[in-house]
Amino acid sequence: MSRIEVPMPQMGESIAEGTVSKWLKAPGDAVERDEAILEISTDKVDAEIPSPSAGVLAEIVVPEGETVEVGTIVAYIEEGGSPSLAAPPPAEAESESSSDGASAGEPAVASPSMPTSPPRAEPAEPPVAATATARPADESDEVACTATSEERLRTRSTPVVRRIAQEAGVDISAVAGTGHQGRVTKQDILGFIEGGAAAAQAAAPEPAGAAPTPAPATRTPAPAAVVPTAPAPSPPPTPPRRPTAPSAAPGDLWKRFHTEVEHPTYPVRDGDRVETMDKMRRLTAEHMVLAKRISPHVHSIIEIDFSAVDRIRREKKARWAERGARVSYTAFVAWACSRILRDFPMVNGTLSGNNIVYRGAVNLGMAVDLNPGLIVPVIHDADDLSLVGTARRIVDLATRAKSRQLSPSEIQGATFTITNPGVLGTMVGMPVIPKGTSAILGTGSIDKRVVVVSDPATGQDTVAVRKRSYFSLGYDHRLVDGADSARFLSQLKELLEEFPEDA
Amino acid sequence: MAGAVWADRTLAVRYPGRVEYADALAMQAELVERRRSGEVPDTLLLLEHPHVITLGSSAHQDHVLLSEPELAARGIGLFETGRGGDVTYHGPGQLVAYPILDLKPDRKDLHLYLRSLEDVLLGTLSAFAITGRRDDSATGVWVDDAKVAAIGIRVSSGWITSHGFALNTDTDLSFFDTIVPCGLSGRPVTSVSRLLGRTVTPRETAPAVVQALREVFGYGSVDDPGAANSKQSR
Repeated sequence: MSRIEVPMPQMGESIAEGTVSKWLKAPGDAVERDEAILEISTDKVDAEIPSPSAGVLAEIVVPEGETVEVGTIVAYIEEGGSPSLAAPPPAEAESESSSDGASAGEPAVASPSMPTSPPRAEPAEPPVAATATARPADESDEVACTATSEERLRTRSTPVVRRIAQEAGVDISAVAGTGHQGRVTKQDILGFIEGGAAAAQAAAPEPAGAAPTPAPATRTPAPAAVVPTAPAPSPPPTPPRRPTAPSAAPGDLWKRFHTEVEHPTYPVRDGDRVETMDKMRRLTAEHMVLAKRISPHVHSIIEIDFSAVDRIRREKKARWAERGARVSYTAFVAWACSRILRDFPMVNGTLSGNNIVYRGAVNLGMAVDLNPGLIVPVIHDADDLSLVGTARRIVDLATRAKSRQLSPSEIQGATFTITNPGVLGTMVGMPVIPKGTSAILGTGSIDKRVVVVSDPATGQDTVAVRKRSYFSLGYDHRLVDGADSARFLSQLKELLEEFPEDA
Repeated sequence: MAGAVWADRTLAVRYPGRVEYADALAMQAELVERRRSGEVPDTLLLLEHPHVITLGSSAHQDHVLLSEPELAARGIGLFETGRGGDVTYHGPGQLVAYPILDLKPDRKDLHLYLRSLEDVLLGTLSAFAITGRRDDSATGVWVDDAKVAAIGIRVSSGWITSHGFALNTDTDLSFFDTIVPCGLSGRPVTSVSRLLGRTVTPRETAPAVVQALREVFGYGSVDDPGAANSKQSR
């Protein structure tokens, strides 16, 4: 019973890597020859990859979502095996060092492509793995392995790389390629340009922190099926398999850190119910993880007296009602924020790369509970609106949010967000700052509280009942200092407690 | 490039009309099976979809700017589909082409196939005196900096293609505002009608697509009911 490698196939001359998008078979499943076992995707293409042989899918090496270079082993098939529940672990001698570049009749270059399974010790003996390797069905006539074709492939690269080379006036063949069969990757060309020709050509110790570059000598092609008997120029045992060697460049890691989310899984227990997240939940979940990952959150809390707001609301309620307006506490808060945000450009701004962007407009995001779900419509240019105008806009956006009638522009462009956990009775919240902004205000419930008030004339302290609320400001501590936050909250408190009659 | 084998082949063209996205998926799946077993020749489906947003395998959820209920409220369906690419919109006024082709023996190259479909689109546009262009960094066909056609394909076991391209002929482009097309933010979309300043329907562009596909792939003959009955009704 032999173990067959399934490499990432070469699905086109200029295709250097592919992403495993879906496994159609699980370890232990029986597979027919030419039966589709996985799907891969490259930029605009999905493709099914058929099994090179009949047998049992023994091991999946590359999980869904990972991008690997052409030639990387993605799975093993136990030829003629019978289905079993547990996929046997790869036998020591087989799993290792079957030079993973050796696929589909291609030259077995000791490519820098990474070892395909977590390294164990040095291989004790020459590899004996079956190299009757996989290929897309009917691919039998592919790739003659001659030095010239190797050379040809090496100089060939993706359009992006060619364009970069052309723009920089670099001859690609002068660049040490770390990609499949010495192909020049984007990192290689960028490193070459950045570090200067000399640095890049001279052995290029660690291009972008990825796998080491091969010494030029090791690139001698060897026929695929021939097992090297001399100590194989096997990949060094230390580096663990990197899903995308070239893209492990620091820049890419940061990009993924800032844009990609994967939620861990947990075992399901008896009696549990499992549902797939709907789109809104998925978007929200991703956004929350990213927002917390990016911004160092700090929260400050202030207590605000609503006596003045309450009085104005009571006095003007009838008049507003005649004009068809309903002015909620939230409208007062939104109006007050929109007046003071201009005084706090860092609160109304955002960090972007190494820059600070101070937004030219005051656009208030207003979190609306859809139960289930949450959406944040935006009052654009809120500082242009009167109190009643703000109130009308809030009612309009909230109504249309609930009936799903918002246009895309109405949920974009917030520079500051207000969320109102208090409406459901909670005293205070610690909200997450939406990414791309620096602060969010959480308004707590407005409750009657026993407080000590001082008579402004006599200075006499008395105990009184007042409507009060805790407001929390969540802010991105990269841009907003604690004192900024305190000043912002104090000014907001002052404006709400001495609310202008003519707002 | 196109060997004698293609000159010996016939391209069958079919016009199923306006087809729900799910029905078109089923139609393609059946044709892929039948093409693989040799029951049918290479087949080009030319059709329109009702409003729908489709997510390719590399789609980012946040490139759909509205929630599912919001989309539903506007009568826009949402599909996760087995083609490559990111998010796109289909709807009335857009000519959707799904070539179900066997790429064996000499066209077994995904990028070559993508470039060939771009050639088909460039040829189609030139029939309307529009000069389109490719973009090295993004698949699709562009006029100046606006995208006029989107491409997303699937290759099933045995090198049988499905999915294909969508050419904005007389599309209501405002629907693209509900997505970040193909994940490319800040790049506008356009249509043949907008470029020419007159209404050009999908039906008018169909013959040019058939002709361009025939030339690019080198088919010896075309079985096109649309051509036979002059303008086949959709």
